Amino acid sequence: MEPAARLDQNHELTLKDFPYIIRWRDDRCKRCGRCTAVCPMLSIYPSVKAKRTVGSFGPVPNPKVERSVETVVKQSTNIANYCTGCATCSLVCPNEAIEPEFNPAHKFLTHKNTGGHPYTRGGRRNDPLVSTLDRLKFTRISMLTDPALDAGRHEFRIRTYLGRILPPDELPIIAADDDRLAMDKNSTKFIPPVREIYPVMIGSMSVGALSPTMWEGLAMGITYLNEVEKMPVVMCSGEGGMPLRLLKSRFIKYFIPQIASGYFGWDEIIRAIPHMVEDPCAIEIKYGQGAKPGDGGLLMAHKVLKLISEIRGVPTGVDLPSPPTHQTKYSIEEAVAKMIQSMYMAWGFRVPVYPKISGSKTAKAVLNNLVRNPFAAALSIDGEDGGTGAAYNVSMDKMGHPIASNIRDCYLDLVKAGKQNEIPLIAAGGVGKKGNLAANAAALIMLGASAVSIGKYMMQGAAGCLGDENNRCNVCNLGRCPRGITTQDPKLYRRLDSEKVAERVVEIYKSLDVELKKIFAPLGRSTELPIGMSDAISADDPAIAKRLDISYVC
Amino acid sequence: MCRLSAITSGEYISPMENVLSLETMKEGHDGSGMGLILKDLGGEFESYKKYPILSGICSKSGMKELDNFMSAAGFKSVHSWHPKIKPVTGVKLRDCYFANVYDYPDEFQDKSITVKETLLLDTRLKLRSIGQEDESIIVFSFYPDILTLKEVGDPLQLSEFFGLDTSLLKAKIILAQGRQNTNYAINLYACHPFFIQGYGSMTNGENRAFMPIRDYLTSRGFPGYICYNSDSEGFTHILHYTNKVLGYPLKYYKDVITPLKKEEIEGRPDKDFVMYMKMCLRFLCIDGPNCVIGFTPDGSCFMVQDAKKLRPGVVGGVPGKYALVSEQCGLNSAISERDPSTDIYPMRYDMVIVSPQAKEVRVWNQLQGWTKTMN
Repeated sequence: MEPAARLDQNHELTLKDFPYIIRWRDDRCKRCGRCTAVCPMLSIYPSVKAKRTVGSFGPVPNPKVERSVETVVKQSTNIANYCTGCATCSLVCPNEAIEPEFNPAHKFLTHKNTGGHPYTRGGRRNDPLVSTLDRLKFTRISMLTDPALDAGRHEFRIRTYLGRILPPDELPIIAADDDRLAMDKNSTKFIPPVREIYPVMIGSMSVGALSPTMWEGLAMGITYLNEVEKMPVVMCSGEGGMPLRLLKSRFIKYFIPQIASGYFGWDEIIRAIPHMVEDPCAIEIKYGQGAKPGDGGLLMAHKVLKLISEIRGVPTGVDLPSPPTHQTKYSIEEAVAKMIQSMYMAWGFRVPVYPKISGSKTAKAVLNNLVRNPFAAALSIDGEDGGTGAAYNVSMDKMGHPIASNIRDCYLDLVKAGKQNEIPLIAAGGVGKKGNLAANAAALIMLGASAVSIGKYMMQGAAGCLGDENNRCNVCNLGRCPRGITTQDPKLYRRLDSEKVAERVVEIYKSLDVELKKIFAPLGRSTELPIGMSDAISADDPAIAKRLDISYVC
Repeated sequence: MCRLSAITSGEYISPMENVLSLETMKEGHDGSGMGLILKDLGGEFESYKKYPILSGICSKSGMKELDNFMSAAGFKSVHSWHPKIKPVTGVKLRDCYFANVYDYPDEFQDKSITVKETLLLDTRLKLRSIGQEDESIIVFSFYPDILTLKEVGDPLQLSEFFGLDTSLLKAKIILAQGRQNTNYAINLYACHPFFIQGYGSMTNGENRAFMPIRDYLTSRGFPGYICYNSDSEGFTHILHYTNKVLGYPLKYYKDVITPLKKEEIEGRPDKDFVMYMKMCLRFLCIDGPNCVIGFTPDGSCFMVQDAKKLRPGVVGGVPGKYALVSEQCGLNSAISERDPSTDIYPMRYDMVIVSPQAKEVRVWNQLQGWTKTMN
């Protein structure tokens, strides 16, 4: 018997199955077509409907039927064209006639596996709940027994170190005269390079994952902060190399080139070394990423256009997969011995080299190994709330470790070993998730981080990224970013003005600096970063307080 | 704010001079305790300079336990001093206040001072641990030529309580602190000044960087860096760590606790070392608000301020006798015969160092080096 499906649409999805339902108002719409033209997912489309109107005109009832054909905006029920809730349609609508509405009862994940392909996306973990970092507050306020500082008037030094720091008893020093000490120039002791940087750095987002205008905007903002504002903010390149002219410029000192398992872009970087006029700030070796721990990377073929192919040293239009691990390494000892030291050698041991891992229960074991390696310059740990340009939904939502307890455990391990000042911990993943950038960063520092790294916050703050934890937008992987942030399509990235991005980067950092001072001033800390000052923070949840070894307040 | 009064002199002086100096600086409630450290002792202790003195307070049972422990450890009692207690209202009388002089165990007689210092520290910590729970044994210092007295109460009342006004107890360096307006539970181990292996210091203010400093010091592997009933005990231990353990000249103590900015260090002749030292010891930055007054084993006394000079402090006197106090009225009381126009008010970059026997006062500035000498 022939199934009736074709006749009664029984196998079609209903709009109620979708995460966002388009609310379109017939009475306000002037049919300009901007919304349907701009929709990155082709979720809405212009359509027509037959309209039957019964009317009566004249002194006596005389109903007449009029039939007309009207243009309307319809929402697709094809799962491939689901509405992401990006609201670009609302943005361009002149009459406020259309907007997506979140549907909490959706069954999106149940259906988004057609063809046997699990749901892939960009963005972050879809968890709109308050994170641990936002459950922490600063409770040790200087009141009368000791004076609070003035965030506007006092001098604050919000700086940190990136690089392996020798313990004081290993420092090769000699007495220069009766009461003056000097470094022993004849000593053969290796003194690792250390950079003084701003404690909030921009984390690794690659040229490729980001559009040229976005990456350029970030880079210009960073340079301005250093050159004009004298704030030593640094930025990691992400995997995939950097523009050659930046590599050869004096501004490279503000950047951290990243090497990851695909080694993309490193032919070009290595060739540029003899032409570099300055050393990079540091080198980051990516072993893992918080958003998709244990997973590799993939830059889809449609993003590999001319610029990307030049920077990465690959043909255009091919998929660029990075494996989950560095394929040439069979152990952490191997990884440390080969990669870290090779990178040191490449720049004559003048550039700090550190690994980045994803948050994990095994982070302490990694740290344990790095502590014993005199070359490891830091350990960057990326928690589960970190972002990514492309990953499987299951990796993003269900894999990974929150950063708060991970960084705390690692710091307390360092304290136990007396090494808390030797190997800086960099915390990342969900910093500023709810907009509280300074508070989250300061809390992580007080839990033991020497620095924090941010990514999504910059995309949202500097370029208006539309993504959120209700799976809004999150199509970075498709190259259809409606803001022009994560796309290589000139039609889309032309929407983004890199100058404006740079301006926002500067504004964000200046405002962050003020907020950090507003946090540190009442705590009375101004000369050094309050790393590990856990008596200053409390949690509003006893279990969190106990786990982080801080006080509970209510 | 706690009151601080340190006097260093070429002649033996009475601790009453410090107490009276504290009294002039009194403002508000002041019953949280007084601590006294006397270094380079005179009077009946003058002939026992090479022997270690154990200072503390015990219950009757604790005293017996202490005596048993010390004799089992091989220490031989040489002399015992007890203050002539005069009960006064407001001071809770404990069983036994003492300063016992011991000779070293036989097997340590010919050991180096370093070995002896380790023995003395270990012994003090063991005794502290034995009496910790029931407060039957409280020991403040165990070191040659050092005597410590501490008790809860008003300093002037305590001086009467301990009979300091009539006692022959004298010393050439005396540190005294009156704890003022302290809200925390009063624990005698939290009472300044603090002492470790020849180094003593006292502070007013709060140590806002307490946690990172405590964690850093306790993880150095040095047995004496423990407990921290007071957040300011760390200042004494930082002094010990930088000057004794790391061997840095005294002036670098200032660079450690109040590090300069990178740009400021550029102008220093020892910039390479200072830059790296700042990084190595960044967890020991105190961040104020503090005035720290202390002494080193050679008898030098010093005063430093936090990096923003959030607390007062003044040094003044005449050759042969200088006082380092938290407020000028205390200095007027301690050494009224000086020329006040020569008083030194150390600022944020300064460290004032008074040489042994109070012969000379020098000011070291982090940016400009030695800037002033008074002798």
